[in-house]
Amino acid sequence: MKELFLALLSGQRAHGYELKRSLEQEFGSLLPALNAGQIYTTLARLERDGLVVGEAVPGDSRGKRVYRLTEAGRALLAEWIETPASSRGLKDEFFMKFVIASSSGLAAPETLIERQRREYLQTLRDLNAVLEANGKGPAAELLVEGAILHLKADLEWLELIEQRLALREEAP
Amino acid sequence: MTAVLEARNLAKTYETGGAKVLALRGVDLSIKRGEFVAIMGPSGCGKSTLLNLLAGFDRPTAGEVWLGGERIDELSETELARLRRRKIGFVFQFFNLLPTLTAVENVELPLLLVGQRRRKARTSANALLSDLGIPDKHAVAPAELSGGQQQRVALARALANTPEIVLADEPTGNLDSAAARDVLGLLRQARDLGQTLLLVTHDASVASAADRVITLRDGLVANETALVAARQVTPLLELEGAQ
Repeated sequence: MKELFLALLSGQRAHGYELKRSLEQEFGSLLPALNAGQIYTTLARLERDGLVVGEAVPGDSRGKRVYRLTEAGRALLAEWIETPASSRGLKDEFFMKFVIASSSGLAAPETLIERQRREYLQTLRDLNAVLEANGKGPAAELLVEGAILHLKADLEWLELIEQRLALREEAP
Repeated sequence: MTAVLEARNLAKTYETGGAKVLALRGVDLSIKRGEFVAIMGPSGCGKSTLLNLLAGFDRPTAGEVWLGGERIDELSETELARLRRRKIGFVFQFFNLLPTLTAVENVELPLLLVGQRRRKARTSANALLSDLGIPDKHAVAPAELSGGQQQRVALARALANTPEIVLADEPTGNLDSAAARDVLGLLRQARDLGQTLLLVTHDASVASAADRVITLRDGLVANETALVAARQVTPLLELEGAQ
C-alpha cells in the first residue's frame, strides 16, 4: 500500500482525501472500501520513515496537510518500479493442508482433492459471472482473466497430484 | 427425475496398425432432464469418442446408450439419422452452418426436415434467432456474420426442434473471450428454459458454466463435481498493510 501512495505522490503533492479518491478512480470496486483512518495511518508511517513530508495548508483551520515525496521516498519508489513483482510461486495453503492432513490421517487425500477441485471450479464460475456482469472496467477484466488462468493451472495441478497418488498406490 | 441420456458401461476400442487403443474403458453416465452437464478432459481422454457414441455417430465395442428411454446403439443408420433429427441438437466448434443458406434458412432446416410447414418454420426460426440475440441479419449468409453470431445461429438451429438434448462440442473453441462468454450465457439461458445440455470441452473455465462437471481421464470417469450458482466476488484486490 505504501508504494501505491508514493507513486500517486510522484507527480504532484496531495492531501489524504485526494489519494483516497485517486485509488478509487484507478481500481474502482476492485479494492475494498478505504476508510480515512487507513489513509492517515499509512501517511503517518511514511512520514515517520522519512519517505514523505506533510505540510499544513496555510489558513486551513481543520489542520489539513498536503504531502510530497522526499528524496528517500523517490528512491524507494524507483526501486519498487524497477523490481519485478515476485510470483505467487510456492505459497499454497492447499498443499500444506494436503501434506499434513494426509500424513497425519486427518483426512483422505482424495477427499481433500475433491473439495479443492469443487472450490476452484466454483470460483471459476464466480469469476466468469464477474466478467459477464462486465461493470468493472478493463482493469478488472484483466485481473479476473489472470485469476482464471491461475485457477485453470491449479486444477491441472490437482489432476497431477491425483495421478501421482494413483501411481504410488499401484507401486508394490 | 428421469434420465434423458444414459451411457451404461460404455467401451470403445480402436485398432490402428495392429495396436489396440482403449479409447473408453467402461463409462457410466446419466443426464437428467433439464440438467446442464460438462464433460471435461485433456485431448486423448476419450471425450470425443464418448460424444460420438452418445450421438450415434459411432458404435460402442461394449455397453449401451439410451436416449429418451430408448436404446440407440443398436439402431440402423436410417433410424439413427431420423432420431438425431428429432431428438438431438448439435453445436460444433466450427459452427458447421451450411454456407449456401442464409442464417434463417439454416435454423429452419431441421424444422422442414421433420415435416413442418414452410411458413410456420420460418416464423419459429426468426423468433429463435431474435431470442438468441440476432435481431436482424436473418437473411444474410453465415460468411457475413462474426464467429459469435455464427455460433448463435448454430445454437438456434440446435434448439429449433426442442430436442431431448443439445450436445455442444467445444462450442467456444473458435471464439474470442467476449463471444465465448455470450455463447455460454446463451447455453445457460437455454438451460433455464428447461433445455437439457451436454457440453464437451478441454477448458475448465468453459466447463464451469455447467451445473455438473465430469472429468474423463484415460477413457474413464475420473471425478465429478456439482456446482452452485455463481457466488458474489468482491472485493477483488487486497491492499497489503491496510487493515
